[in-house]
Amino acid sequence: MRPLDLDYMLGLVPVLLKYVPLTLAMASVAMVCALALASLMAIVRVTRVPLLDGFTQVFISFFRGTPLLVQLFLFYYGLPQVFSFLTAINGVTAAVMGLTLHFAAYMAESIRAAIIGVDRSQWEASLSVGMTTPQMMRRIILPQAARVAAPTLVNYFVDIIKSTSLAFTLGVTELMGAAQKEAAGSFLYFEAFILVAVIYWIIVEALTVVQRQLELRLGKAHAR
Amino acid sequence: MISVRGLTKRFGANTVLDGIDLEIGAGERVAIIGPSGTGKSTLLRSLNFLEKPDEGQITVGDVSVDAKTATAAEQRGLRRRTSFVFQNYALFANKTARDNIAEGLITVRGWERAKAHARADEILSTIGLANRGDSYPAALSGGQQQRVGIGRAMAADAELMLIDEPTSALDPEWVDEVLQLLKRVADARQTMLIVTHEMQFARDISDRVLFMDGGRIVEQGPPEVMFSRPKDPRTAAFLRKVL
Repeated sequence: MRPLDLDYMLGLVPVLLKYVPLTLAMASVAMVCALALASLMAIVRVTRVPLLDGFTQVFISFFRGTPLLVQLFLFYYGLPQVFSFLTAINGVTAAVMGLTLHFAAYMAESIRAAIIGVDRSQWEASLSVGMTTPQMMRRIILPQAARVAAPTLVNYFVDIIKSTSLAFTLGVTELMGAAQKEAAGSFLYFEAFILVAVIYWIIVEALTVVQRQLELRLGKAHAR
Repeated sequence: MISVRGLTKRFGANTVLDGIDLEIGAGERVAIIGPSGTGKSTLLRSLNFLEKPDEGQITVGDVSVDAKTATAAEQRGLRRRTSFVFQNYALFANKTARDNIAEGLITVRGWERAKAHARADEILSTIGLANRGDSYPAALSGGQQQRVGIGRAMAADAELMLIDEPTSALDPEWVDEVLQLLKRVADARQTMLIVTHEMQFARDISDRVLFMDGGRIVEQGPPEVMFSRPKDPRTAAFLRKVL
């Protein structure tokens, strides 16, 4: 066994940390967009909006049924050949788009399940005071569904953060891409990749602290 | 003035409401009694379209809705002129007691938050929960939850209050406080239609009692007549069982 090159690793830390903001930005933008899109799709499915419901089902089926890597390649390498206006798309945009659509499909099903899980009496009480469906959704049903869906949605965010590493296959130099480049220069693959793994791990662990706070806040109404 | 004409509701082949005709005057308090499964709750729930009736005409104040052609806006119009007290309270689980009462005022009637909260606080005092405004439903007893449910209905200032077996889901220890509150609401001459299994209560607060069986109003009259000299043998048989 060869000893680890600790000096090299220490020197690599600040180099790789520079790419953390890009990783977090890509993941955050994808998460926010996916959450919005997923909520809309969940409402469309629960309230059975004609036409849109069918379209949503096909959308969800496709993006859940095909690998993320295939979708990313399709967006970045494939679509620009068919639609010329997409040739200007860069790797970061393509990755964020791909992550958004892919995870929106998963999240939509979680949110839909959480909405259906809200007790029927909450719908009836909302309607009985004269609320419109959008008012009922925004003020009564979605806040309660959010509490149920929150742990799952945070899990998807974790998944999104880790999946940003696939952007390096689209030529984006993010955390994983940077580690790959460094390793290719030094041939110290183990040092570079174990370091990048630990950085992802720390980011995700930090997120679980946020998750606990979020769940505490959302659970406030249910404390006895 | 409330008027119901030919209200019919079927679940599959089962006719639950069989052409109900009913008039309720302003300030009148009407109790519905009858065996289980005779359409009492369905009648209440059809009046504000929680169940969509198949046929019939419902008029509450200046809103008149035909079951067959009712639009979403007409249904909301009906719901805004009625208020509903649920058997299982059905408080908004994500809202405090104060917000449960204020919610309709803010969302549906467009009141400013501060004004709605001030009104909610008045109602909280009336229902004896002035110090529980910040409590969520999960932290309240069944009796307290139902009082908030009644408070929410009071806030609506509706032309007709629909009350569906308000004490059936309660532990016996909480029944009294809820009935006492409802008695005060009735004493204020709030127009109400109440389904109840509490016969003494129905006798105490109502101007008129309806006996329902098989999806029809079999007999109706003032409580003193209905409870002591019912004409229809079905009413008499029912009352013998429950009194």
